Amino acid sequence: MTDTAEEPLSFPLPLPFSASPPAAFTPLTQGAEAHVYLTSYPTTSSPAILKYRPPKLYRHPLLDRRLTRARLLAEARTLVKCRREGVDVPGVLGADWEAGWICMEVVEGGSVKAALEGWWQDVKGRKEEGSGREDEVLSDLMGRIGRAVGKLHSVGVVHGDLTTSNLMLRPAKKWNLDAAGKEERPNLEGDIVIIDFGLAMQSVQEEDKAVDLYVLERAFGSTHPWAEDMFKKVLRVYSESYKGARIVMKRLEDVRMRGRKKSMIG
Amino acid sequence: MAQLQTFKLPHLPDHPVHIALFRDARNAEFLRQQLLDGNTEFEYAFVDAAVVLSTTQVFAAVFRAVNDMMKQRLKSRNVHSEIVHCFSGNNNIATSFRTFGITPATTSLLAIKVSSTLTTEQIQSHLQEHVQGTSLPFSDASIAELNDLSKIRKIYKLDQPAGKPGGARQGKKGKNADQSAGEGRREMEAVVLGMMALRGS
Repeated sequence: MTDTAEEPLSFPLPLPFSASPPAAFTPLTQGAEAHVYLTSYPTTSSPAILKYRPPKLYRHPLLDRRLTRARLLAEARTLVKCRREGVDVPGVLGADWEAGWICMEVVEGGSVKAALEGWWQDVKGRKEEGSGREDEVLSDLMGRIGRAVGKLHSVGVVHGDLTTSNLMLRPAKKWNLDAAGKEERPNLEGDIVIIDFGLAMQSVQEEDKAVDLYVLERAFGSTHPWAEDMFKKVLRVYSESYKGARIVMKRLEDVRMRGRKKSMIG
Repeated sequence: MAQLQTFKLPHLPDHPVHIALFRDARNAEFLRQQLLDGNTEFEYAFVDAAVVLSTTQVFAAVFRAVNDMMKQRLKSRNVHSEIVHCFSGNNNIATSFRTFGITPATTSLLAIKVSSTLTTEQIQSHLQEHVQGTSLPFSDASIAELNDLSKIRKIYKLDQPAGKPGGARQGKKGKNADQSAGEGRREMEAVVLGMMALRGS
């Protein structure tokens, strides 16, 4: 995240966003395909995430428009479908597939990755009181992740890029204002919200779901090696979360043996 | 006095939006006829407030209509008819008008106008003169008094047996009824806005 919102944007945004000053957009992240900003939509008082896929100048304009459109719509349709079926994902507020942008709800809180790192630093920092509660707290988070991914797969959606950065931890809403002001120790409480459906597809195949789990397993192991053992819990809860999960787990073993690519193409 | 509110939407500084809400409107037939006759003095989006979910939904529809107008891809006659169409998740314009637009039986009425040339006062007095009804402030609370949630659920087909929206977030601690009702509305809104955004894709 940048703290200097005034710095010029690296490229022009399309209409209607080009009518607003750069200060109206806080850059959040940038991937190979899209730039992500925090802005307002559809009213001044409603914060929203703007994901813009700028044209790629090295592609033929016609191909570029088609690819942008297809990818943006795949993402938007998947989000709407998930939301409709009760999977916790950001809702789509607006989109323009000709111009390449989509506006989504803001997810409060931070990534599971950041939460885990903060929490681990904190736990390490106070060695003495290793109460054993830590394992329980961590295990509970793993369970919530397993359930969230299970729910996603149960509605026939495969994420395509499951990492702890694409899992958000949204703290419970604080209805009680007294508690809101208090400084809290890093914790792992909250609902799991899955974000970034840029590579998602709708699939009923065990293979695709197993690869989804495999990618998460590998990402988890390399990002949070100290918690690698805990990943079992994700899989255990996943395997009981929907009908068909067990077959996916079987398939996961095959995927582990050979790696992510089955077809050996691409 | 008709309560007309003027809004500037983010990123659309040149397109102020004027909105008034009425209940117990008695002359919907007349207003509808003005639209059918193409009377240019009645360039409003007249929306049946009974099928409106929230103020955010209204702004999302206006946003899309204005954006489509700027990109010169209106599907209907003008930005005002387009606003009505933008409430729909369905591509059929006639269906949109029938579902969300004014009908002779409409009593709860939302009047929306996008105009940078007329002043709030001018529009206000025009509505005052021609809409026979009780003016309400344009707010989520007023809309909640006038709308019919079960009708809205039906329109957007939100009543699927498997996993109703928000299913994942229920349970959890004893929230009071008001809060969970608000939660339910927000869940509906998230799906509805998505459907509105994806119309025509």
